[in-house]
Amino acid sequence: MKGLVVPVTLVLVAELCARLFGITSDSLASPSQIIAAAVGIVADGSLFTMTGQTLFAAVVGLAIGGGLGLVMAILLGLIQPLARLMHFSVEAFRPIPAIAILPIMLMIYGFGYRMEIAIIAFACFWPVLIIGQAAVSGIEPRLIEVSKVLGLTFLGRVTKIVLPAALPRLFVAFRLAAAVSLIVAVTVEIAMNPQGLGYELMAAQSSLRPEVMFAILLWVGLIGWGLNAFLLYAQNRLFGFAGKLEVPR
Amino acid sequence: MRKIRDMGRASVSKKTERALWSVASVAVGLAIIGLWQYIAWQKYVSPVFLPGPDRAWSALLEGFESGALTERTLATVERMAYGWVLASVLGVAIGALIGSSRVARQYLGPTLEFIRPLPASAMIPVAIAFFGLTKSMVLGVIAFGSIWPMLLATIHGFASVEPRLIEVARVLKLTRLEFIFKIALPNSMPDIFAAMRLGLTIALILSVVGEILAFQGGLGSHILEASRSFRSAELFAGVILLGIIGLLSNLALGALESRLLRWRSQ
Repeated sequence: MKGLVVPVTLVLVAELCARLFGITSDSLASPSQIIAAAVGIVADGSLFTMTGQTLFAAVVGLAIGGGLGLVMAILLGLIQPLARLMHFSVEAFRPIPAIAILPIMLMIYGFGYRMEIAIIAFACFWPVLIIGQAAVSGIEPRLIEVSKVLGLTFLGRVTKIVLPAALPRLFVAFRLAAAVSLIVAVTVEIAMNPQGLGYELMAAQSSLRPEVMFAILLWVGLIGWGLNAFLLYAQNRLFGFAGKLEVPR
Repeated sequence: MRKIRDMGRASVSKKTERALWSVASVAVGLAIIGLWQYIAWQKYVSPVFLPGPDRAWSALLEGFESGALTERTLATVERMAYGWVLASVLGVAIGALIGSSRVARQYLGPTLEFIRPLPASAMIPVAIAFFGLTKSMVLGVIAFGSIWPMLLATIHGFASVEPRLIEVARVLKLTRLEFIFKIALPNSMPDIFAAMRLGLTIALILSVVGEILAFQGGLGSHILEASRSFRSAELFAGVILLGIIGLLSNLALGALESRLLRWRSQ
């Protein structure tokens, strides 16, 4: 509860200032105006639409990028020689910021979902690959020996031994990738793509409606915080101590 | 005697083994580039969208010879560096203030935890509202976005100081400042350095986003213009350059980190 003291006080002070000084501004809005604006965009359904657009792109991008990253992570984690051979290429491509891919995707796909999903997939691929590879290669070697003794096929080994053993750290990678997917989605929409929460944020600012802008901003913050909190809770429920292992850099 | 000699021999062959693997992995990297060149030659993908490495490379060289790319690269790097340094200094300073006071941590902690997952680029419209489409707006956004890892790492480092060390400080009657500089900061250094690396990555991303949005020159604007006029070779040259900036800055920071943290056996 102590944590709420500062934000609530700030909100009350802001509201007081706005009422006392009667400021009208193109860039500021009082808390009551923001709440009214928030109710407005919920009521007319636009908040639902823009949230849906952003989340759809984020989820699909996460699925594609995370899926590919997971496959590569398993391959590189299990097959040591392959990991060593790919080391240079991975380290060479990895530092490319996802946002630098934006103009390429813009050129190929134009505006819309495909461009955004492609960029999100690229961004989510790397954390899943790097952390996932460490997770898979860090499995207790005895378990691999067991799978060989049991005569499992490669696919059998992956599904029955590798994935369950690496799951806690894979979930950490997934959590990170999920956060990245949301951030990249909003960023792409702010920079370029005319859809979703990021775009509506910019539109509200440029049409001089700061109350709507702040309302959407708070909503984005809430989504980000809620997603993180939920995934952290899920991780603790599902994996407890195992998920708390240190994430490799 | 013989055992020690054999151990020496084993470590030499291990080194050459590792060197061979490094050479092999570079060869694989070159093979991938070769594959890219082949796809470009055979025009499996339209050359408008996918220039071959040869065209990208010559665009890169031309850009530097004519000075256009040099100027833009410097602009981006400068922006990223200023924003990151500002964020680091502020982050550690504010983090030290908050971290050294348990009361502050209790009252401010949840608020910070709420702001942390907020995409830094979401603050761009707010920054534009207050500062307009200016250079300082971009710098402000970069600093705001990059400050969080350093801030939180400093607070965490301060909060996790070994209680025995706090008792030692009390026994030695250290002042608050002495405690911060002699005990708390060194304890947090590994976390802060790791956070600074992350902050640098964020700073680069936000520089590019800021340049794309606010027409501030630099590589961000360059690659956007190139994509708009379908000049794919220049576009790819710019993207590669951004990757190189990211790689070199990370390596530089990593080298600095291992030098400064040599006293840590990690």
